[in-house]
Amino acid sequence: MIGRVCVIGAGTIGSLFAGHLAQVVEVSVLTRRREHADALNERGLRVTGRTSLEGRVWATDDAEELPDFDLGIIACKGTDLDLVASLLDGRVAGATMMTVQNGLGAEAVVRRHGRWPLLSAITFMSGTRHSDTEVEYVLDTPTWLAPYEDAPLEYAAEVAQLIVSAGLRAEAFADLRPAQWSKLIFNATVNGVAALTGLPHDRHYAAEAGPDDLGALVRELMNEGKTVAAAAGISLREDPWEMNVHATRRGSAHYPSMLEDVEARRPTEVESINGALVREAERVGASVPRQRALYALVRGKEASYS
Amino acid sequence: MVGCGAVGSLFAANLAQLDDVEVWAYDLAQAHVDAINANGLRLVGAGEVLGQVTATADASELPPCDFGIVATKAMHTEGAIAATAHAFADGAVATVQNGVGNEEVVARHVSRVIRGTTFPAGKILEPGVVQWDVKGDTTLGPFEPSPARAEEIERLADACTRGGMPTKAVEDARPAQWRKVIFNAATNPVGALTGLTHGRVCERADLRVLVSSLVAEGKAVAAAQGITLDADPEELIDHAARPEVAYDHKASMLQDVEARRLTEIDFLNGGIGRCGRDLGVPTPLNDAVAALVRGLEASWGQVLHSHTQSREGV
Repeated sequence: MIGRVCVIGAGTIGSLFAGHLAQVVEVSVLTRRREHADALNERGLRVTGRTSLEGRVWATDDAEELPDFDLGIIACKGTDLDLVASLLDGRVAGATMMTVQNGLGAEAVVRRHGRWPLLSAITFMSGTRHSDTEVEYVLDTPTWLAPYEDAPLEYAAEVAQLIVSAGLRAEAFADLRPAQWSKLIFNATVNGVAALTGLPHDRHYAAEAGPDDLGALVRELMNEGKTVAAAAGISLREDPWEMNVHATRRGSAHYPSMLEDVEARRPTEVESINGALVREAERVGASVPRQRALYALVRGKEASYS
Repeated sequence: MVGCGAVGSLFAANLAQLDDVEVWAYDLAQAHVDAINANGLRLVGAGEVLGQVTATADASELPPCDFGIVATKAMHTEGAIAATAHAFADGAVATVQNGVGNEEVVARHVSRVIRGTTFPAGKILEPGVVQWDVKGDTTLGPFEPSPARAEEIERLADACTRGGMPTKAVEDARPAQWRKVIFNAATNPVGALTGLTHGRVCERADLRVLVSSLVAEGKAVAAAQGITLDADPEELIDHAARPEVAYDHKASMLQDVEARRLTEIDFLNGGIGRCGRDLGVPTPLNDAVAALVRGLEASWGQVLHSHTQSREGV
């Protein structure tokens, strides 16, 4: 039975998990900033948009102060993951940990810091953080999860059930890779293109009338990703191009996190997304010239900050 | 002179030094036109020149001319030559613009066209005053489908050279043109997309590989047309990356992007891609960077991002 959940990292995704789960279980939250923890303790967490609710949470910026928990949802950015996982090193041995980072490799980073049973997750839900204590639930698309290494499938099923009971969408799988790779290819393309062009994920990404229209590049980048997946023996759960077309027709243009990062001149998740895909391509001997170019250009853009 | 920006001003002011040449300049920047007519056209920097040029923003004022030199940004060629073509009814028109495809546009409006490539560069400091940054050679030759006469091309090259702009008349101007196009197409979009100077692009191994891949596609497209380049763009790229040459130079396309001006992407990487498709030569990376730069241009029409962007969404 999962009675206590700790959400580690309270950005948009962490806040959506914490606010909803607080309706059904005890929720603690580990924040990076002290004022953020203080505000959550004082005012709780307000969720608007698709759902409308208030959640009471117990928050701290000091990992030493965290109470025991049964499930840890590690929802920090990929670039902070190693540091965040190190704060948990050797603690809460009885907990199950779940990673929800974009790209590949998050589970292995967490594994270096503890023997917890691990669940891999990816989430398609999205929101907008309006303040430390208010988050808007924008897209009610699901979170998919699966055991990592030898974690039992029942754990994944139980966590999925808990998330659903809290009012979010979730589904458990025996093997996450078909879904994880669908999203990896989607993110490696859309986030990289957004970071370089400054365009939110809008109709330009599906426009392919001419050979140098953006949609033509998006399709080619996704074809390269599909070639890597096929060579790695992974059958994708969803076609990334169809995900792209569907998302651009929704009517509201989403700002991929990598675009927000370059606008704020922060390090991006390019290594765990584009870098991971390029390294997988090298491992399986697939040719990804456009993705390699995108990876180099985003890294170059990061280098231009200084 | 059709288009009297930085490069056009270099030609106009230098040609105006000659007793046997009368220079008219057509440009839409009224303040620049007025300053030229009031005080002459002044160059400073690599050369100090004051030229007496008659400037106008009204193409109907242009007299019949023996020669035209088109020096607008490539996306303005069509409008500029359509407006001025009447002046060249019995003349020859050269283009010294960046990229590929400009001659084709000019040839839709005038019958005798000169293919040109020029390396001098500068910038407008204030109306009527242009900073001459870099001296360099110009190459002129016939535009093959609609050529000017050989003696005409030589007469124009001779005038430019006597005026202070060293210019060669050649039988085939494509090698020089493609060397410059390939150089620009391989370096400009990489600088524009990353924000890095030329030197910093070249010292990052992964970006230098991308630059080389773009060069290789351009060379393949040139080779498929039977063009033998007159120098290797790779050597020019490495030379320019040296600290004493152009390490700190921001590519003109990066300057355009920073100022949110439309770039010449359609005539550089876009032009290489179009030629490649005509010839059956694949240009995947030129197409890719062209799509990214066009996407970047499209983003300027968007509402600026804020964290509450998706508030009205769904």
